[in-house]
Amino acid sequence: MTFSTMLSTMSAGMIKTALIFVLTLVGSLPLGMVVALLRKSKFAPVRGIIKGYISIMRGTPLMLQLLVWYFGPYYLFGWNIGNWRFPAIITGFVLNYAAYFAEIYRGGIESIPKGQYEAAEVLGYTKFQTFMRIILPQVAKIIMPSVTNEVITLVKDTSLAFTLAYQEVFSLAKQISASQTSFMPFVIAGVFYFVANYLVEVVMARIEKSMDYYK
Amino acid sequence: MILEMKNIRKHFDGLEVLEDISFSVDSGEVVSIIGPSGSGKSTLLRCATFLETIDGGEIIYMGETAAHTGADGVAVYASPQELKHFRSYCGLVFQQFNLFPHYSILKNLIDAPMHVQGVSREEAEETAMGLLKKMGIEDKANAYPYQLSGGQQQRVAIARAMAMKPEILFFDEPTSALDPELTGEVLKVIRQLAEEKMTMVVVTHEMPFAKAVSNRVIFMDGGVIVEQGDPRDVFDDPKEERTKQFLRVFER
Repeated sequence: MTFSTMLSTMSAGMIKTALIFVLTLVGSLPLGMVVALLRKSKFAPVRGIIKGYISIMRGTPLMLQLLVWYFGPYYLFGWNIGNWRFPAIITGFVLNYAAYFAEIYRGGIESIPKGQYEAAEVLGYTKFQTFMRIILPQVAKIIMPSVTNEVITLVKDTSLAFTLAYQEVFSLAKQISASQTSFMPFVIAGVFYFVANYLVEVVMARIEKSMDYYK
Repeated sequence: MILEMKNIRKHFDGLEVLEDISFSVDSGEVVSIIGPSGSGKSTLLRCATFLETIDGGEIIYMGETAAHTGADGVAVYASPQELKHFRSYCGLVFQQFNLFPHYSILKNLIDAPMHVQGVSREEAEETAMGLLKKMGIEDKANAYPYQLSGGQQQRVAIARAMAMKPEILFFDEPTSALDPELTGEVLKVIRQLAEEKMTMVVVTHEMPFAKAVSNRVIFMDGGVIVEQGDPRDVFDDPKEERTKQFLRVFER
């Protein structure tokens, strides 16, 4: 197999990797905010459930969680859902990353001084306006470095989808390497992850810079 | 009468912070509240501006009751909708300024008028620029809070409160976070507002200022009003032993 065939075979995997990456972010970034707000709920049972959820998501390997999402419905409930592989992967990733993002958001929200809420309250802003106009923009700036970290980890974590035999870059690299007895697929995969994360760094740095106008 | 507070009671974790406090503020009046730390001054302001809820007593703005003691002795507040209306009567200037750091100075002044009161941008900007000019910082309109000195930030905070056109303005130790040099510029602005007959209640440790500017001084200690009256009487000829003792610290 020539280098260019390898590359073109693997490019299909790159698209699948990118798909996991994008869908996970689209799902987990907003879901994380919902989780963070529920985590701060005044209703204790809700707080308890959310704490438990976060604890499990952070306390067990993502690889194991993916297996549970894929095989769980059948082994636990006897359900036979056709074509469940990709949805199981996305479910696993989104729920796992939402837990991490939730904790980052919570840290950011809790670091905003009480005076900001009080100033907004006295000025007559509603709770929703206070959150959207005063709190959230400041939280976004504070949490950006942690979010960047998490996004970079996600790029690399997409390779865990190989557990469910999903044909993303890493799975393909392993297969091609085995069948062609070549090391090259791993080099290609490595370069791919590195370039992807370099792009993430550039984009995130730009976003951080756009919020540099205040301290 | 702009504000009447009657028999206000408030406690935190079993500690009585306000015990049966009553006072009122007339239109155009400047009232200074002095007293040692922990005497309940700030809590009183926070109750008046609805940041804290009272346990019992009455809060009346412009003759309308915002809170009163119910049949069971517990304070009953007006509906959230009505409270929004009551909030529009009062402005509060904090010790720590609490400007919105992500907004420019101008945006700090126009955001609430536009999004809370529904004022048009043109009108809000006109009001804001007028206020900034009055505060002597119109050249800072496009700056951000972190670029300003503490004294300038506090003047912005006063302008932000004024931009809502409140009936009464409360100051919670407005100069306590400032060094002496910057204190003067903030006091000058408050003095100027007093001359324009703005109704104000100022919690302060600046005794010469309180004496010079206020129409009335309230001395609080241990959650009660120990003495109140004309500043000359309270400062130069206090009746109560506790007042004398407190004021002695400031002479020297």
